[in-house]
Amino acid sequence: MLDTGSEQAFVAFERVQKSYDGETLVVKDLNLDIAKGEFLTMLGPSGSGKTTCLMMLAGFETATHGEIRLQGKEINNIPPHKRGIGMVFQNYALFPHMTVAENLSFPLEVRKIGKSERETKIKRALDMVQMGQFGGRRPAQLSGGQQQRIALARALVFEPELVLMDEPLGALDKQLRETLQFEITRLAHDLGITVVYVTHDQTEALTMSDRVAVFDDGRIQQLAAPDALYEEPQNSFVAQFIGENNTLHGTVKQMGKESCTVELASGEVIEALPVNVSQVGDRTLVSIRPERVEIDPAPGTMEHTLDAEVKEFIYMGDVFRTRLAVAGKDDFVVKTRNRANQTRLRPGQKIRIGWMPQDCRALDP
Amino acid sequence: MADATTGPDQFTGPTPDNAIREADRAGRTEPMVAADGTPLKRSLNRALRRQKLRALALISPLLIFILVTFVAPIADMLFRSVENQIVSETLPRTVVALEDWDGTGVPDEEVFRALAADLVVAEELKNHTRLGSRLNYEMTGMSSLMRQTGRDVDEIGEVLTDQFVELDPAWEEPATWVSLMARDGWVEDQAEWVAAAEEAEAAQDAAATPEERRALAFDEPEPTFRVSDAAQEAFPRTARIYGQFADITQTEDEDSPTEEEPWNIVYQALYEDLSAGTAQGYDGPEADLVARSEAAVSDFDAPSVRSFFVDEIDEDWADPEVWGTIQAFSSPYTAGYFLSAVDLKLTPDGIEAQDADQSIYILLFERTMFMSLTIMFSCILLGYPIAFLLSNLPMRTSNLLLILVLLPFWTSLLVRTSAWKVLLQQQGVINDILVWIGLVSDTNRLALINNQTGTIIAMTHILLPFMILPLYSVMKTIPPSYVRAAKSLGATNWTAFWRVYFPQSVPGIGAGCILVFILSIGYYITPELVGGTTGTFISNRIAYHISSSLNWGLAAALGTILLVLVLALYYLYDRIVGIDNVSLG
Ligand SMILES: Nc1ncnc2c1ncn2[C@@H]1O[C@H](COP(=O)(O)OP(=O)(O)O)[C@@H](O)[C@H]1O
Ligand SMILES: [Mg+2]
Repeated sequence: MLDTGSEQAFVAFERVQKSYDGETLVVKDLNLDIAKGEFLTMLGPSGSGKTTCLMMLAGFETATHGEIRLQGKEINNIPPHKRGIGMVFQNYALFPHMTVAENLSFPLEVRKIGKSERETKIKRALDMVQMGQFGGRRPAQLSGGQQQRIALARALVFEPELVLMDEPLGALDKQLRETLQFEITRLAHDLGITVVYVTHDQTEALTMSDRVAVFDDGRIQQLAAPDALYEEPQNSFVAQFIGENNTLHGTVKQMGKESCTVELASGEVIEALPVNVSQVGDRTLVSIRPERVEIDPAPGTMEHTLDAEVKEFIYMGDVFRTRLAVAGKDDFVVKTRNRANQTRLRPGQKIRIGWMPQDCRALDP
Repeated sequence: MADATTGPDQFTGPTPDNAIREADRAGRTEPMVAADGTPLKRSLNRALRRQKLRALALISPLLIFILVTFVAPIADMLFRSVENQIVSETLPRTVVALEDWDGTGVPDEEVFRALAADLVVAEELKNHTRLGSRLNYEMTGMSSLMRQTGRDVDEIGEVLTDQFVELDPAWEEPATWVSLMARDGWVEDQAEWVAAAEEAEAAQDAAATPEERRALAFDEPEPTFRVSDAAQEAFPRTARIYGQFADITQTEDEDSPTEEEPWNIVYQALYEDLSAGTAQGYDGPEADLVARSEAAVSDFDAPSVRSFFVDEIDEDWADPEVWGTIQAFSSPYTAGYFLSAVDLKLTPDGIEAQDADQSIYILLFERTMFMSLTIMFSCILLGYPIAFLLSNLPMRTSNLLLILVLLPFWTSLLVRTSAWKVLLQQQGVINDILVWIGLVSDTNRLALINNQTGTIIAMTHILLPFMILPLYSVMKTIPPSYVRAAKSLGATNWTAFWRVYFPQSVPGIGAGCILVFILSIGYYITPELVGGTTGTFISNRIAYHISSSLNWGLAAALGTILLVLVLALYYLYDRIVGIDNVSLG
């Protein structure tokens, strides 16, 4: 690795744009630095340009504009096979006509590595994903989860420093997905590799990553650690995309540094934390997480309370989910933990709800 | 195309199918039973029977159509390759008489007498020319020999006829013969029939209107003539030939044996029977006449039938080879057609190689194989890149190009082939261009047509779509991620193609090869039009035998060999590549 200083990013996208048809930009002005050893996830709805970014990094698509650097070197014109980047595909892309061992041997053979060394490396890689005894099988004789482990082993066997994964767990069932999520993060950590991981599953992104880049409409909407992303969404897209969220439309009435006053569409006035509103009169979307809302708070504990009517009560085991009509909308959700003596509300009941102003974020409309 | 995901057959867990298989394999003493106690297998079969019957009902129209219009005629055609009844059916006596012939020298008088009787019958039925053409396949000259003999054979026995009539004019009377030969009661039946016919005629004459007349028309046939057992015993030869005479008279000539004088050969047979003494003690009808004639025949002047054949008709009858050929092909089934089809021949001395100037079939088979393989390989070479391009282009463009690939199918095969004639001839467009560029000189223009080159060029063009289409449909199913994965693993474009893409396209190549090869091995029109003499296929020869030389047996044998060759190659392919490794997408 080039030792040009720690602030030098391992992977860098600089003002990258991509268009397939010359009419629309699929990736618009992408700027992203990835540190060595980092586990970075690109999260976003389908069609937001995640795969395109990954393919540009891998070398299968060329950037229409901008620069992509790997270890400080521009790689725009380097063909994929010379980039030395490991890759795991959603459909695994295991070569069906080769056995598992031959699949793993392939990257080593094209690197002209001797037979004995190849064998030790293949064995180590298979053991790493707990598939040691499957070397002689064909991919078609393996289950989906096993195939994905092999695909992972194949991407790692030639010891790349950067590994790209495009929705690698998308085709697996929930339980298998969780096991493999854990294993991928463990491997990435143990081997010290840099991982760029693409998914549209927010739980996966939050549990696995060091940092998450939320994509929408060809742009990074927010790039942050998982907790920051969840607790401090910078705009309404991120707030709504990550986790569950209650939104209320309104207009800024007063503007302070730490707080602002918002008049809701129904006429009620609440306090909120200004995130991206700048002046009085701005339209805004106020967002509150369902678990930060208190039902019938003890008087004086909450600065702000609103009237609400219970519309629906759903028992979900560990939590109760209550849908309320608040400020003229009836899709306001409150989550309460299933504690002893927790009251179970009945539809039609009139209650009051309250929250702390710092949990209530005034975002772009 | 094996998908990367798990297919139903790849589950090793307890799927219902696997459970049944597992139970079978374990060979359990008590079979699985359904809820009502019947063995599971049986109740499953019962449940499936309806479905099977329905499936059968759905395919049965096609099945019947194919059986009637395809399988049965082909089976019949193939059967012709070994069938050889014509010799034993046309010359039944001769074939039996020849059994004792040792194959050297000229057969004896007995054989010639049998041949005379057979040929008289054959000539009456006009079968001798067919026999001549059949034997001509094996030995040239047989056809004209038969025709020649047919013209003269009815003279045999003439001398004897005269002597019998001279002895007693009764021998000239058809009535004598009928009473001598006919079964009990036939004469009475016949008289009754005549009376009925006359009565009907009289009634007809009396009828007033033509309608009435028509209604009274008498159209019952004469009672069928049968030879009596007594006659058969006393005069075996005469009875046999007279029986045939009566039969032919009744059915072919629509005449009555009561009014026709027998053929000369019948008198010849009578002479033979009387000389042999089988009629001694005969006491049936006309016993007196028979006894008198028998006493007289020893003084008859009976010329040798053999010398009549050899000296009067054709000296070829003294050629042992003629007789050898008849003997060799006297059995009702023969390997002769197959032997001819591989340039061998069946001679009286066993199987021999065909004369060099007539052995063409092995050469033709080899050429057909070689050219079909060449055409197949040129189709792979030309088709693979096209199919690759097609499968990697966006849908819109690839569909357009696919239409161009199929374009040749829209024009008639004949037109396309004729177009090649125009393009490839010595004064044709291609030669003109080559001369113009200066690649070949004007004086030695390339011969591109009426030879193997012409056939290969034209057939590659015609069969190319059959290679491209299966290739394209297989390549279409290869996800681009495989090649991408290979490249990301460090493979160059070529390695990624050769080690990852190409093996997965092999099923398409296999399917294309089988299609092209099997189509070209039996191709007919194109080699016929552009192949000249050196570029024709075995199928052209088959067509020649079917429609020109009318040697259907040989055509059938050649066709059978071709079929077996294709099946053998198919088997070989299955062993080497595996037939499930063939895919049309
Ligand atoms: N090869 C391509 N040609 C044309 N358009 C493409 C191609 N690949 C992707 N796109 C378009 O680019 C956009 C982003 O696609 P993609 O990067 O695959 O999104 P994601 O992976 O986030 O679902 C989509 O609108 C898609 O239709
Ligand atoms: Mg994608």
